[in-house]
Amino acid sequence: MNSISSYLSSSIGRKWIVALTGLGLFGFVVGHLIGNLQVFLGPEPLNRYALFLQSLGELLWVIRLGLLAMVVAHIVFTIKLRMENRAARPVGYAVTNRRAATFPARMMTLSGLMVLCFIIFHLLHFTAHKIDPSFAHMTDAMGRHDVYRMLILGFQSKAASTFYIVAVGLLAMHLNHGIGSLFQTLGLNSAKLRPLWEKGGVALSWLIFLGYASIPVAVLTGVLKL
Amino acid sequence: MNLHLKVWRQKDAKSPGQLVPIEARNIPEDASFLEMLDIVNDDLTVKGEEPIAFDHDCREGICGTCSLSINGLPHGPSETTTCQLYMRKFKDGETIHVEPFRAKTFPVVRDLIVDRSAFDRIQQAGGFITARAGSAQDANCLPVPKVAADAAMEAAACIGCGACVAACPNASAMLFVGAKVSHLALLPQGQAERTSRALKMVRTMDEEGFGNCSNYLECEAVCPADIPASVIARLNREYTVASCKDAVC
Ligand code: HEM
Ligand code: FES
Repeated sequence: MNSISSYLSSSIGRKWIVALTGLGLFGFVVGHLIGNLQVFLGPEPLNRYALFLQSLGELLWVIRLGLLAMVVAHIVFTIKLRMENRAARPVGYAVTNRRAATFPARMMTLSGLMVLCFIIFHLLHFTAHKIDPSFAHMTDAMGRHDVYRMLILGFQSKAASTFYIVAVGLLAMHLNHGIGSLFQTLGLNSAKLRPLWEKGGVALSWLIFLGYASIPVAVLTGVLKL
Repeated sequence: MNLHLKVWRQKDAKSPGQLVPIEARNIPEDASFLEMLDIVNDDLTVKGEEPIAFDHDCREGICGTCSLSINGLPHGPSETTTCQLYMRKFKDGETIHVEPFRAKTFPVVRDLIVDRSAFDRIQQAGGFITARAGSAQDANCLPVPKVAADAAMEAAACIGCGACVAACPNASAMLFVGAKVSHLALLPQGQAERTSRALKMVRTMDEEGFGNCSNYLECEAVCPADIPASVIARLNREYTVASCKDAVC
């Protein structure tokens, strides 16, 4: 027990928690994207998929609580790390000159917090149906919750679509640094592997952006309609 | 050449400091940055003013004693130590900001001199091997694969100057500790204390108050000894494996 608690209070142990929860959330982001892209197959597959998720029952709650725990741990540990980092340089430089840190790397806290706000809005919008209560009562011909209709109507609002595109852009920016970074943190990096994680991470973050943004764009341009 | 310096002057650890404009006149292009400061100090002494205090020793890039943040870069614009930085890298009439390395763990002693003994304490915690004193054994009894030997040598090139800490936005010492841990973890002589070394050095690093690594890689970009960031990945691995071993055994 003692060695576990001293690991978790060490700089490296804490960063491992950030990386492992980041990896878990990244896995969810990829899975959620693949699920959502079924919207391009039409109402039938999407609504069937949504019903399948609902049919998981208690298991769905296990997944939801697992995700919540990961988000909470990720944020608690990053805030702790950031506070220590700030304290490590009480007197700053008059002039600083950066050579390596990328823009997304320097924006991690900001992009992370924006993503958090987005997650809350997104849950209220499409899961809890608090933004537009009519979303809760849409059913298709087979009596299932009509997720397809909800998506199309939701994204036909220019404001909502723009907001979603910006938000997934910030998520992608978070992952632009995050994916490569997590392999370094987990010690799974070397001179040989480094180009793979760095370039692969950037490429994956762009794919995630394009994948998620394609849905509101397709609705706004009329490619996807009721 | 003539230069406008803005130098951090601070009487002692307790006094507040500030950037003070100082003119550097008639500096030969072939002077090193430290020689330029020597010339400026001669001028200041003649005028009856206090010379600028700065750290230096070998002046040939091997001891790691020189420091300085020059225009916001530890060791300045070339990829060497400050003692190996030559004034031809600057333009005549340029303004140059000269500040001490900044970190809570590197308190200013006077002017540009900081106390880097936190690094010594990390080293003393485990950055060595408790070797049997006596005659050296036959080298062939300790085979070292070429790949490991090269990587260990690369890590051993660290001169402990502290530029990594100075450059890191978080003032983290991961590149330094990574180099020291890697160097010994890769060699047969380092195996006996491999676990305890990683645990003790990281614990000391944390207790001293260095920041955490956010993988910005600023450290690697300024390191005059070209230590690669892969030593940080190895440290992350070594420390985690060591903690697991410690929890089980
Ligand atoms: C879907 C949501 C999220 C995903 C997929 C995600 C993913 C990641 C990943 C992969 C990393 C890299 C870990 C490493 O460097 O080893 C990371 C780091 C980070 N995340 Fe997140 N994250 C998410 C949400 C958030 C939120 C809501 C915050 C809010 C504070 C946040 C703040 C940070 C910070 C500050 C770092 C950098 C930590 C450091 O390097 O010191 N993240 N994230
Ligand atoms: S004075 Fe020895 S490295 Fe610069």
